[in-house]
Amino acid sequence: MIELLQEYGSAYLYSDGGGLSGLAMTLWLFIITMLLGFCLSLPLALARVSRQVWLRWPVELYTYLFRGTPLYIQLLICYTGLYGLEVVRDHALLDQFFRNALNCTLLAFVLNTCAYTVEIFAGAIRNIPHGEIEAAQAYGLHGWRLNLFVILPAALRRSIPAYSNELILMLHATSLAFTATIADILKVARDANAATFLTFQAFGVAALLYMLLSFALVGAFRLAERRWMRFLVPARG
Amino acid sequence: MTLSAPALSIHDSPTQRAVAAPNTAAIKLTVEALHKSYGDHEVLKGVSLQARKGDVISLIGASGSGKSTFLRCINFLEQPDAGSITLDEQTIEMRQGRAGARAPHPAQLQNLRTRLAMVFQHFNLWSHMTVLENICLAPRRVLGVSAQEAEARARAYLDKVGLPSRAADQYPAFLSGGQQQRVAIARALAMEPEIILFDEPTSALDPELVGEVLKVIQTLAEEGRTMLMVTHEMGFARQVSSQVLFLHQGRVEEQGSAEILDQPQSDRLRQFLSNRLK
Repeated sequence: MIELLQEYGSAYLYSDGGGLSGLAMTLWLFIITMLLGFCLSLPLALARVSRQVWLRWPVELYTYLFRGTPLYIQLLICYTGLYGLEVVRDHALLDQFFRNALNCTLLAFVLNTCAYTVEIFAGAIRNIPHGEIEAAQAYGLHGWRLNLFVILPAALRRSIPAYSNELILMLHATSLAFTATIADILKVARDANAATFLTFQAFGVAALLYMLLSFALVGAFRLAERRWMRFLVPARG
Repeated sequence: MTLSAPALSIHDSPTQRAVAAPNTAAIKLTVEALHKSYGDHEVLKGVSLQARKGDVISLIGASGSGKSTFLRCINFLEQPDAGSITLDEQTIEMRQGRAGARAPHPAQLQNLRTRLAMVFQHFNLWSHMTVLENICLAPRRVLGVSAQEAEARARAYLDKVGLPSRAADQYPAFLSGGQQQRVAIARALAMEPEIILFDEPTSALDPELVGEVLKVIQTLAEEGRTMLMVTHEMGFARQVSSQVLFLHQGRVEEQGSAEILDQPQSDRLRQFLSNRLK
């Protein structure tokens, strides 16, 4: 166990000598995925509940596709499938993008988490009491102002619990990145296992690291709930 | 449209109202021949109304008579099928919408909604915002008032509706119904509207909380604010109204000063009142 940590400790945490690895790589994957997924999902969630069919329908199709297929297959298609297409290889920019394993992985992760997040946010938007939206309209809020100042703040607060769940699932799903040669926690653990045959210890350390991250995430969301969901707590005394 | 009875000034105390001079202030709002159907069911069959500055107009009638729909049509929360709405001599232009329905001109609609504030039966406060945020939102984001000015206004109107300043940082769910409705009235006042629309402001309240809300509305009436109010509180309507409209099955069955509540002319109003006032 001690040799394992001496040999692979830094690789588990931040660097395997050839760049980011382990915990740092997983965090990087997770944070970029989370940020991009969140930003993309806001406009898409609004489109998802739009009354305009041409806005709603493409988003519905998108979330249906990405929630209807396993993330692993999405990753395979992004990482190997797309690059197999001549169109992609012939296009300079696309060629450059899809040649990079990290780009492909991030693309698959972002599209996947975004699809789930869109449904979470869209559900929360639909759950805003109708009267509150009507009041906003009656007071002259409409268009982007209505969305920015009333609908999104109300929906985001209500979706904190479901969204925290999605992020924890996404964090664990980043462990698929090793299949695309990304040196995340699991990749380091597999390498350590292959070299030392200390299977239990090698994967045990990986599990501990994921658990630490999850705890941090749960803690952060507990704070967020305390800050932003106070309005739902019923009055006591 | 001509009114069958003179509109009365609300500056007079209720007992003097019967002999008060007619309200001769400028005409503020004219609604003409409003029609509205849901499917085959015609809810409004041409309802008209004229409000002068300082008028307090009560809309009464059995449930289903169309009074709430009428009020909601005035600021286009419901889309009227036909008729016209004129605020300060400016008629809202209706144009053919995409779905074939008539829709108001967007800029005019926006203008109208900033000048008419609405108080809802179920308060409709934004539950994720504190009381202060609720009151400040529309003045800041719609009227473009500065943050400090909006907050100053909010605190002043909170005080006016009789809420302690510590209520400012509460969320609506933590307040009683009466307090929530008073916050909603403060929210309406903070827009400094020309007309306030009340849609059954006390119907969702526990009986013991009705009084505190009516008292606030009465203060506003005494200040000479122009108000339209859908209400089931006949005693209150008699006390504050300069004009009463009795709606029955989508038509104005009887209208006049608050006296019609004591001396109804039509059988239907007599029947309606005798069922209520026991």
